[in-house]
Amino acid sequence: MSDAPNAQPPKPAAGGRAGTKRELPERFKAYKHVWVVIECEHGAVHPVSLELLGEGRKLADKRGVELAGVVLSGDSLTAAQTAAAAFEHGADLVYTVTAPVLAHYRNETYTRAMTDLVNTHQPEILLLGATNLGRDLAGSVATTLRTGLTADCTELAIDDEGSLAATRPTFGGSLLCTILTLNYRPQMATVRPRVMAMPAREPGRWGRIVEHPLDLAEDDVVTKVLSFIADRESDKAQLAYADIVVAGGLGLRSAENFQLVRALAEVLGGDYGGSRPLVQKGWITADRQIGQTGKTIRPKLYIAAGISGAIQHRVGVEGADTIVAINSDPNAPIFDFAHLGVVADAIELLPALTRAFQAHLSVNRLAG
Amino acid sequence: MHIVVCMKQVPDSAQIRVHPVTNTIMRQGVPTIINPYDLFALEEALRLRDRLGGEVTVLTMGPPMAEDSLRKALTFGADRAVLLTDRAFAGSDTLATSFALAAALDKVGREFGVPPIVFTGKQTIDGDTAQVGPGIAKRLGLNQLTYVARIADLDPAAGTITVERRAEGGLQVLQTRLPVLITMLEGVNEIRRGGLDDAYRAARAQVVRWSAADAGITDLASCGLKGSPTIVKKVFAPQGRAEQVRQVPTIDRSADELAADVMAAIFQTQPALEEDLLRFAAGQ
Repeated sequence: MSDAPNAQPPKPAAGGRAGTKRELPERFKAYKHVWVVIECEHGAVHPVSLELLGEGRKLADKRGVELAGVVLSGDSLTAAQTAAAAFEHGADLVYTVTAPVLAHYRNETYTRAMTDLVNTHQPEILLLGATNLGRDLAGSVATTLRTGLTADCTELAIDDEGSLAATRPTFGGSLLCTILTLNYRPQMATVRPRVMAMPAREPGRWGRIVEHPLDLAEDDVVTKVLSFIADRESDKAQLAYADIVVAGGLGLRSAENFQLVRALAEVLGGDYGGSRPLVQKGWITADRQIGQTGKTIRPKLYIAAGISGAIQHRVGVEGADTIVAINSDPNAPIFDFAHLGVVADAIELLPALTRAFQAHLSVNRLAG
Repeated sequence: MHIVVCMKQVPDSAQIRVHPVTNTIMRQGVPTIINPYDLFALEEALRLRDRLGGEVTVLTMGPPMAEDSLRKALTFGADRAVLLTDRAFAGSDTLATSFALAAALDKVGREFGVPPIVFTGKQTIDGDTAQVGPGIAKRLGLNQLTYVARIADLDPAAGTITVERRAEGGLQVLQTRLPVLITMLEGVNEIRRGGLDDAYRAARAQVVRWSAADAGITDLASCGLKGSPTIVKKVFAPQGRAEQVRQVPTIDRSADELAADVMAAIFQTQPALEEDLLRFAAGQ
């Protein structure tokens, strides 16, 4: 077995269950500050990175340390613009690694840049968005550094002894668990888009930029980006950022009935989605799935029709301002976290709701 | 070409129940299945084998009963199944899991031929971390291709592969050198129904069973709980919302009457929403 370049960190002293004791090895004691990786693929800052800065700010303040953004990019203009966005959303400083080999995301180049940076500047906490880029990168970085990584957290906190307490759904989303990385650094975690609130932007807020070199030429990189096939606009579900979302679950009983969800969403000018079983049954595509393993949403209005509300769904919708649950089972867990509940058959109520909104909106438009 | 597919046997999450009083998982009677995301990896591997010749080995780490999933994979057409099972692996987090699987893959390579391609699903439905695939790739020095939607080109003689990888806003077309670790995106193919001869073969097949020692693992400090940097501090059920749900009365209301009540309740909860909607309707 070939091994990663880094030596295995020393294991905690023998005696007792390894890992359950706090015995931070000497070499990790200098690790300090909270870092957030700021994604800027194709020059656009990913909103999840800014959401993480909001959360990172709270963790850094609690620890009395600094909050840093990490910007890996191919050119200095992208680096400068991304750093500015990071400062305006709470970063005290930004580490930039700027090199032509970082112009497009590749596991090889980004893992190299990231592990170099961590080994040089030694953060205690490293946060990434749970995007395809963030998950691809985080797994490689954590394995290279031989440290702990907790995926798809729904809550981040500092515990009484100063460790990162990362909470996430477990057992297929039926319970929550809190995970610690006691004796290794950095403590790594990923968080999915829209799980955390977007912090307020402070225009003109500024901080320090620390440039870090990368000694890597294109000839030394094995994987090449041949091209990028952009999605057509019409293919993109804007679910995560929609103001109104209507979703269906198994209570709809058939793929044909899912049309009722789309009809209501259309009248409301919103987007539509569904619970995980619907994707598994092929009634909707995976990009329409709402919940822990699909999209997390934070709309003003969320209407859940025929969805029972398992935890894995719940964590994906809890950020909604108003949750309306329609379910024929009065004991469905969705009524534990909905704001408005209707014990009714969604198949009958959905078309009636579509008619009601349609009528209300057209009458009042004519009146106005 | 020898292709290895790493799989996991998982509880069928749709059937997991939480005990209402103790908030613990009721494991009894929950059926286990092959992690559904792994089936896309298995089918892709079988298609490559059918096209290019060679063998598909399925590998899993788990308790002895995980043999059921391996046997199922044989009925779909896999040629060989390897089960890595040892109490030393109990309590493994993703870092410790990738250590054990990487060691087993190394051994698979020595015994049955080094695989130019290792497949996994994009994640499991019980852990949902998507970390084990990248962990294996890093440990074995395989070029990592995650969220692959399509293998556009594969040239074993030249040792090159070109794939379309799902990225933010589009597909990245990546070319790299073998050996690679590929995690397949869901929905890109459909697992075949195995033939009758596959079913016969699977029933009689000998699943290769390795302990940690069999797989050549001597560093037990990197396995199981000991080799896991993360620890689970607590497991708990989420709290209900402090404010109770407001139920819209349904007795003696027709669907249209009820719809009017629900709409009124929504606007009462969020008056600004009605203005937003009217503005939207006016703009149409």
